[in-house]
Amino acid sequence: MKSKRLEIEQVASFLRDGMTIMYGGFMGNGTPPRIMQAILDSGVKDLTMIGDDTAFLDATKGPEGVGLLIRNKRVKKLITGHIGLNKEAQRQMIAGEMEIELSPIGTLAERIRAGGSGLGGVITPTGVGTSVGEVKMDVSINGQKFNQKQTININGRDFLLELPLVADLAVLEAVKADAFGNLVYFRSMRNHNPLMALAGKTVIVEAHEVVEVGAIDPDLIMTPGILVDHIVYPA
Amino acid sequence: MTQEMSAKEFIARRIALELKDGDVVNLGIGLPTLVANYLPADVHLMLHSENGFVGIGPVPKDIPPIGKPRLVNAGGNPVSILPGGSTFDISTSFALMRGGHLDAAVLGGMQVAENGDLANWMIPGKNVPGMGGAMDLAVGAKMLIVAMEHTSNGEKKILKKCTLPLTVKNRVSTLVTEMALFRFRDGKMFLEETAPGVSVEEIRAATEADFTVSDNLKEMVISQTGL
Repeated sequence: MKSKRLEIEQVASFLRDGMTIMYGGFMGNGTPPRIMQAILDSGVKDLTMIGDDTAFLDATKGPEGVGLLIRNKRVKKLITGHIGLNKEAQRQMIAGEMEIELSPIGTLAERIRAGGSGLGGVITPTGVGTSVGEVKMDVSINGQKFNQKQTININGRDFLLELPLVADLAVLEAVKADAFGNLVYFRSMRNHNPLMALAGKTVIVEAHEVVEVGAIDPDLIMTPGILVDHIVYPA
Repeated sequence: MTQEMSAKEFIARRIALELKDGDVVNLGIGLPTLVANYLPADVHLMLHSENGFVGIGPVPKDIPPIGKPRLVNAGGNPVSILPGGSTFDISTSFALMRGGHLDAAVLGGMQVAENGDLANWMIPGKNVPGMGGAMDLAVGAKMLIVAMEHTSNGEKKILKKCTLPLTVKNRVSTLVTEMALFRFRDGKMFLEETAPGVSVEEIRAATEADFTVSDNLKEMVISQTGL
């Protein structure tokens, strides 16, 4: 079987300007730090990033996560649920330097899951009657064109129709991988990672430990290795 | 309200008595987090953390450094997980919230309207942090308890209609302030309890919303844990 091992220097070969990247993590916990650094070092720009939040600006409080790319002006558009603890992300949004689409986190997660699961969309009660339902977007339903997110009433209850998300690349962090890419996550570091493994055309994981194929009980594997294209081994 | 107790502590102590032993509960950041400090000794909750686990435990003695595998809460701060707790991905975590699997959510508020609308996630032009998990939590929890100071610098926050962007429509079950406890039924607001020494007239004067005074109006009783 072809090796999935990827040197950190080789990450750059998967990057190009303007691409869409999903990043695992919640407050940076579960965002692959060496891959984020490699994306920065590659010089790639105008990225669309999709992920939970913008983590910490103060590196003494927690990981910087995607904030590394935001601070260095590599992100053109961000689809996320929370930017509250990253003043630089807020500044760039208000100054119009970075486009931000804010989404309830549950909706974001299901849009990612839908994108990777072959579903046509997500029908959710979250955000009904709020500004989330007023987002401008192009969508065609039964041949009719709309320029705003649609509310659908089903059996008397209102729902929002949310569309799937996919990405050119998904970057994940796992506490353990086998050489085939079967993954185990640690505690709260799992978060969006398993969903993004489905939704990225190419999936690269940064693992804290890599074991031989067969060393992880199949029942304990959280992301099947068939979804993982490349593994960055521990430094 | 005793003079030495802050409004926030008073509110948290009252909400602590709303929760039952064994309840699965999500406590929002800020005031709601204080509720855990005042639970009666025989009430043990299974606390949900939206970033993917239930069974939030205390801050561990040995916190792994940033960069090492570690368990954090939704604010990104290290915590532990209690026996009986479990971890899962975000899809499952938010299914628990949206799908009605949490007995209660306690959220802070900026404004509450008489029909049970809640605004608590942004102030246009001032603070746009993102709604995070608030909308999913508010739309799905079996009981939505809002913990909020009754007014802010004299400005009314309990309104006929919220003026700030909404978090959720028609979902607040219970609103607790340092002056009163309100419950919402069929899109209407009822004053159920008054804080010691606070009159219904004083509450009306501090409240824009229309509310009905309950036939069973009581004086608020708060948790005495640790007093």
